[in-house]
Amino acid sequence: MSRPAGRLTLILLLAPLLLWLTLLIVIPHAAMLFVSLRERVGVGEYAFGLGNYLTFLAEPLYWNTFVRTAWMSVLATALTLLIGFPVAWHIAKIARGRARQALFLACLAPFWASELVRTYGWMILLRESGVFSAVLQWAGLAEGPVEMLYNDVAIMVGLVYTSMLFMVVPLVTTLDSLDDSLIEAAYDLGASGWTILREIVIPHARPGIASGCIVVFMMSLGNYLTPILLGGKSSLWFTGLIYDQFITRFNWEQGAAFGFLLLGLSSAIVWAGLRLSGQSLRSAMARP
Amino acid sequence: MIPGIPQPRALRWLWRAYVAAFFVYLALPLVVVCVFAFNKSQFAALPWNGFTLDWFIGDQRPWLGVFNDRGILEALKISAIVAFWVSAASVSVGVTTAFLFVRHDFRFKQTLYVLMLLPLVIPGIILGISILVETSYLANWLEDATGLWFDGLRPGLTLVVLGQFAFIATFATLVISARLEKFDRSLEEAALNLGATPLGAVRQVTLPYLAPAIVGAALVSMLMSFENFNTTLMLVGSDAPLTIEMFDRMKQGSTPVLNAVSLLLILASSVLGGVALALRRAR
Repeated sequence: MSRPAGRLTLILLLAPLLLWLTLLIVIPHAAMLFVSLRERVGVGEYAFGLGNYLTFLAEPLYWNTFVRTAWMSVLATALTLLIGFPVAWHIAKIARGRARQALFLACLAPFWASELVRTYGWMILLRESGVFSAVLQWAGLAEGPVEMLYNDVAIMVGLVYTSMLFMVVPLVTTLDSLDDSLIEAAYDLGASGWTILREIVIPHARPGIASGCIVVFMMSLGNYLTPILLGGKSSLWFTGLIYDQFITRFNWEQGAAFGFLLLGLSSAIVWAGLRLSGQSLRSAMARP
Repeated sequence: MIPGIPQPRALRWLWRAYVAAFFVYLALPLVVVCVFAFNKSQFAALPWNGFTLDWFIGDQRPWLGVFNDRGILEALKISAIVAFWVSAASVSVGVTTAFLFVRHDFRFKQTLYVLMLLPLVIPGIILGISILVETSYLANWLEDATGLWFDGLRPGLTLVVLGQFAFIATFATLVISARLEKFDRSLEEAALNLGATPLGAVRQVTLPYLAPAIVGAALVSMLMSFENFNTTLMLVGSDAPLTIEMFDRMKQGSTPVLNAVSLLLILASSVLGGVALALRRAR
């Protein structure tokens, strides 16, 4: 290939990528940063400053919601790991042959349905006229209808459910590569199950645990559907505040500042998770 | 514990019970959604009043089935249009970007690569509002400057397509690059030696080799576009795609027609997902 032709190819291949990244990623975020730094000082008058960020600090509802969202996302991540780990272990180490394939597929399949459909399923199960309430009444455990929707537990159930796949798949992948003979050797040398888990399994599975946790945390933090539908009006999720500022109150300056705070927290956690586990963004994000 | 190590029998049973309970937990919400699509009742709830197909084929309010519900059908059509464009754009840009990163070396390659991965870690809501802010300012400025209207830059389907494309293109690029990396370049060189032009060699040798990845990426893009909610929510105008339409009805409370739609969606996405998985196996 001659030099000028190679150069032309390079330019032609670069163009779509550059257009995509500048017009849809870089400039939008720069614009959002710009808007978040504008304060409304009068009708149609704006000044530059950190006013929108100071409002966030001054208003307890705002930063409480922020902290609450972050905290509940951490909890959802931990629960997803605890619930998913034994199942990932079962698929990677105990199940064999066709059973293993079937179980893995059974883990994947529910997540081909959209998050909306899955959340709707939980609404049918948990609401006052729902399946659980009816079963409890039928069994004589409850006198009247029981409302299980619109509380933090419902939000948590939905978040854990909706993120499960993104935890189980990386865990299965890393556990799969752990050599069984290491575990047998440790056992023959007298290690207890707990010691084996702590000294051999967890160190080996660390990259999988890290990428699972990063993705689950990020998805919970940025989730809108699940908290709004399962938590109702009292869900107090930060994405809900952003939506309100943008769409309901039309206060874009404040909404953009909230957006940046959420983006900042999300990025900080991703970065910290990658540093702690010594991974690159690419390896951690390799999805099923 | 692994099978090679003896375990008390009770513990083994407890373990199996846990794994079984886990899969019941995974299946339960989807099962109830599907089951209540056939209940002869105005609400998706117990008691069971008998089997009906009204939520699919009913044509009289309030027993209006999916196939006669105009709102749902319209939303479905919009979703299909959006998914088509998102998928076409993502796969096209995915192919060119895969060639760029796998075959070429240039300055700032690593920086661009990381920038290309960033859409994966930007929350969908933020991606949506940032594009909303950009296009609104652009539209205001253009309208002030020219006195014309720029409705394409206001919330609506164009923005929904752009917003979804912004992150789905990353997935398409990753899927296609993964296969391109495994391509044996001597095949292309052989074609060149036999007199093919560089572009002809790529078209007749490399692209057919990439075909499974391209089809797989297209299917996954469609699925992601169809199911996307967060980014779409911030950019949607008066034409609501299916997820938005369903979300609105879910908030207000709705007849089991929603269950019927969901059942069809589950079936369709299982087929798409299954095909995408089979393609990956075939590679």
